Amino acid sequence: MFARQHTIAFKGLKALYAKNAVRSMSAVANSMPGAFAGKKNANGNYTVTLIPGDGIGPEISESVVKIYKAAGVPIEWEPVSVTPVLKNGKTVIPDEALHSVKKNTVALKGPLATPIGKGHVSLNLTLRRTFNLYANVRPCKSIKGYKTLYDDVDTVLIRENTEGEYSGIEHEVVDGVVQSIKLITKDASDRCARYAFNYAVETGRNRVTAVHKANIMKLSDGLFLQSCQEVAKEYPDVKFDDLLLDRACLQIVMDPSVYSDTVMVMPNLYGDILSDMSAGLIGGLGLTPSGNIGRDASIFEAVHGTAPDIAGQDKANPTALLLSSIMMLRHMSLNQYANQIEKAVLKVISDGKALTGDLGGKSTNTQFTEAIISEL
Amino acid sequence: MLRTLTTKKFASTAFKLAPRAMSTETIVPHMQDSQPAKLGGRYTVTLIPGDGIGQETASAVKTIFKACNVPVDWEQFDVSGYTTADDTTFKQSVESLRRNKVGLKGILYTPVSSLGHSSFNVTLRKDLDMYASLVLCKNIPGYPTRHQNVDFAIIRENTEGEYSGLEHQSYPGVVESLKVITRHKTERIARFAFDFALRNGRKKVTCIHKANIMKLADGLFLKTCREVSKEYASSGIKFDDMIVDNTSMQLVAKPQQFDVMVMPNLYGNIVSNVGAGLVGGPGIIPGCNIGREYAVFEPGCRHVGKDIQGRNTANPSAMILSSVMMLRHLGLDDHANKIANAVAKTIASGAVRTPDMGGASSTTDFTFAVISNL
Repeated sequence: MFARQHTIAFKGLKALYAKNAVRSMSAVANSMPGAFAGKKNANGNYTVTLIPGDGIGPEISESVVKIYKAAGVPIEWEPVSVTPVLKNGKTVIPDEALHSVKKNTVALKGPLATPIGKGHVSLNLTLRRTFNLYANVRPCKSIKGYKTLYDDVDTVLIRENTEGEYSGIEHEVVDGVVQSIKLITKDASDRCARYAFNYAVETGRNRVTAVHKANIMKLSDGLFLQSCQEVAKEYPDVKFDDLLLDRACLQIVMDPSVYSDTVMVMPNLYGDILSDMSAGLIGGLGLTPSGNIGRDASIFEAVHGTAPDIAGQDKANPTALLLSSIMMLRHMSLNQYANQIEKAVLKVISDGKALTGDLGGKSTNTQFTEAIISEL
Repeated sequence: MLRTLTTKKFASTAFKLAPRAMSTETIVPHMQDSQPAKLGGRYTVTLIPGDGIGQETASAVKTIFKACNVPVDWEQFDVSGYTTADDTTFKQSVESLRRNKVGLKGILYTPVSSLGHSSFNVTLRKDLDMYASLVLCKNIPGYPTRHQNVDFAIIRENTEGEYSGLEHQSYPGVVESLKVITRHKTERIARFAFDFALRNGRKKVTCIHKANIMKLADGLFLKTCREVSKEYASSGIKFDDMIVDNTSMQLVAKPQQFDVMVMPNLYGNIVSNVGAGLVGGPGIIPGCNIGREYAVFEPGCRHVGKDIQGRNTANPSAMILSSVMMLRHLGLDDHANKIANAVAKTIASGAVRTPDMGGASSTTDFTFAVISNL
């Protein structure tokens, strides 16, 4: 029984390790992990892949396109569909989309519906694997004008995106006994930690907090923590501390302001849970941006659902996608445009005159979008 | 086998669906085959104060029990997780628990270093097969927090899952950690959750999982809970499930939607801390670990509190309310009610509060206030 368990586990590992070896080499070549390296085209603009998505996706993408045009952002959009196709029994995204993202190295993505049926892995997982999106960045900031029980939230969370509890290595040893493997590698942990420290430097937060459960998972979370500690030595000007998952959960709920000066970095599952929880503090996924930083490309996305019930009715709120696109602009060092658009969005929300239904208003998406344009 | 035993036990118990005024009036389903021994009208209880604020909060309980003439004698073991030199005391405390079958415990420190010993807390729960952890999150009258009308119970599998302790480095820089989920252990925790719901007049059990990603492990957990729920269909207790990331988002936005929650080990750690945060922090959340033979009562949030150790500022409520749960477990309901009411009165009056509740009183001030309200 034991022998069997190891064979299975090792097969998965060998494959993963081979991939990791390649990744670590590229990380050495690129001293600034995750940095944008796109080039302007002949018109002096950057080309960005636009994945409008399903449900309300096309409407909210249209809002972003309109606002960007009005603001004169030097971006040309390249809309593609990523509706998955089955190739040799595997879920893959269409070649056109693949090439577009690979060429442009940056994309903006609306919500996607994962088709139900045999053989389809979640599309988000497919994208993560296709483009080696290793770090998920999830900032959550209270939005003035949209009152929740918490008004002092300003957290930034970076989640390792490729392994951990989501390794997908599971097996049933005997009937009724299942093992699921949480995989932590030094390469993936280093890479994620390094991105977190860079992010801390670039955003001026200058503090990184590793969240872990290394008192119980001494080897796996221990390795993640050790990676963070080692990377911290490369950044002597950035403060580093670590925190047990228990305390992080408790503190964020009781007083989120404690973490408003740090960048939290953590393994996959903890990041998944804590990022959604932080979003809950400020009003849900409709108001939170998300960015996936990868080796081959970076994809910025709205993490809310496709809301099929209101699709096509001009009722959707484009804020999450807009805020994600603003993260994208900063990633592309187009900070001036980012600040300009962000200011306009926040102004319209805090004025409260042109809010969509989910924020308690009666305006349409078009009216909300026009209000933002007039604030630019 | 388990099924027969539980149901038999269950059928013989008279149902009392008392209204729940305070979280500590909760009835913990009796799972035990044998009861703690009562000698000369008194019980002997193993006491492990624990690290951090453990000594301070345990002595609050001892003082209150004395003042209330509770027929309990303590067998105290000052186990500490800060030393690995000698685990004799720890072994002695486990033997004492085996004799007494019931204990009151603070939290023991667990080192983060991979060279350090594995958690005494986890070892204790596993060794004594105390498979169910019960934590109650409920607003305390007179102490408003951001969220109102919160009242849910967290039932957490305590002996497997992510806390299996099975880890290895298959190649330098590549570590695997095994999460183990079994049908047997899931079945018994699911039954515990439904029995608990039934005994306490609760309406709904929600299974918390991540079966969309961990399709086999969490899939088995969810499937087993769903099957067990069918055995309780006629009782009117509803069953639903929620993915753990959504759960944590819902908890901070609309915690009122939850009633009884059942989940694997690690999610229990997360949810109980989020839950504690909603109603006022680790200082007021009681809890217990229970199995077929043994029951150990301990603060539900499981924080050591090293940072405030020795300052006489810790809130002993979590430990006192855990001891109240223990008294009910021993059938000492009169004493339990007296102490629970005294704690409720002390908190509601607002005159004596520890710093975590926004006051300036000390642990001992609070303890004496409780005694004067007995």
